Amino acid sequence: MNHFSFIHISYLLQAALWTIALSLIAFVGGGLFGFIIALLRTSRSTALRRLASGYIQIVQGIPLLVVLFIAYFGLSIAGFKLSALVAAAISFTIYCAAFLGEIWRGCIEAVPKTQWEASECLGFNRFEQLQKVILPQAARIAVPPTVGFMVQIVKNTSLASIIGFVDLSRAGQIINNSTFQPFTVFGVVALIYFCICYPLSSLSKSLERKLNVGHR
Amino acid sequence: MNYTFDFNSVLAAWPRLLEGAWLTIELSAVSILFGFILGTLCAIGRNSHVGLLKWFIGAYVEAIRNTPLLVQVFLVYFGLASIGMKLAADVAAVIALVLNIGAYTTEIMRAGINSIHRGQIEAAECLGMSKGHVYWHVVLLPAVERVFPALTSQFILLMLASSITSQISTEELTATANIVQSETFRSFEVYLVVAVAYLVLSFLFRAGFWFIGQFVFTRKRKLGTNI
Repeated sequence: MNHFSFIHISYLLQAALWTIALSLIAFVGGGLFGFIIALLRTSRSTALRRLASGYIQIVQGIPLLVVLFIAYFGLSIAGFKLSALVAAAISFTIYCAAFLGEIWRGCIEAVPKTQWEASECLGFNRFEQLQKVILPQAARIAVPPTVGFMVQIVKNTSLASIIGFVDLSRAGQIINNSTFQPFTVFGVVALIYFCICYPLSSLSKSLERKLNVGHR
Repeated sequence: MNYTFDFNSVLAAWPRLLEGAWLTIELSAVSILFGFILGTLCAIGRNSHVGLLKWFIGAYVEAIRNTPLLVQVFLVYFGLASIGMKLAADVAAVIALVLNIGAYTTEIMRAGINSIHRGQIEAAECLGMSKGHVYWHVVLLPAVERVFPALTSQFILLMLASSITSQISTEELTATANIVQSETFRSFEVYLVVAVAYLVLSFLFRAGFWFIGQFVFTRKRKLGTNI
């Protein structure tokens, strides 16, 4: 029997790079799309607000795993042959956009209403208001919860392993299939995830504390 | 793209899908119940003055919150089996889910307990209430009431996350969908139907928790004010 050794650990670390890469793709894709959702969600048009909130409610009511299955198995049978990476990137973009959109909506709404009014008095149009007054302040509020959500993204990329993407979890399963030492293998896998996520969680917590300094 | 949707073969499998959905509900309900108890106990422990206990609970919460549920499920199912504790897939799923939701509940409940104003406790002590009474009526119950919306969201996320247990052959909704799609090759339709089923489930859970809230927290119903 094959024993768990340093070769396996280096394989796991390599796979961890794919986990990080997929997380970055998810964050960038979800961030861009989520930003649009957040803007729609806070727009003045009722129809656009409803559209964005409907999108958020639908995506937040479906498990990410099912979204992945629809993108990977569903679309491929419907004629689009997607690789696991592309299917995962699409699913994570859809999923992260809903959550980031909702988080950032809260941040935009947290900017006091008087800022809108004051900038309107200065003759700014809606776009200038957002660009020069509201978004810079909202961005400051948004940093801690966004970093916190990155932890969720990293953890959720483990689901991409189920559609065959070789990330950290999949690598763990592959090694476990040859070594039959699930405790050690998945323990190390969990430890690597922890090493990626814990600094992010701590960062989010300390940023939050720093930002809240005025309210204490 | 010319793809014709055919939901007939999928809808023909509705009794099995319904069974799967029922197992999802059962798994989630049991996990939420025990996870809530575990989380509340851990929150109480974390607010205590026993250093070792606090550190231990802190480590548990951080370990769970910074690792994926999928890996936790694998550790419980394959890990425990490798040391001789062979568990049924359902049991392993429940254990993993309870451990998972317990950690999140700990953090939420801790926030709730910390939000109780010191003056409330002092006032209760002045009224001559015993320590246990103060903790139960003045600290714990109002704390649950305050964080109930956050708990509800977290519990619904758990219900959705229970789809992950399909990977250890727990035959809940997602696993049933996998079986149906491998028989009918109608994966697009199957997963669309299942997505709608999960939407309905999350709506049902939200409604259920709203009713529980109305039933348990009578203050809002009677006085019309939030805590």
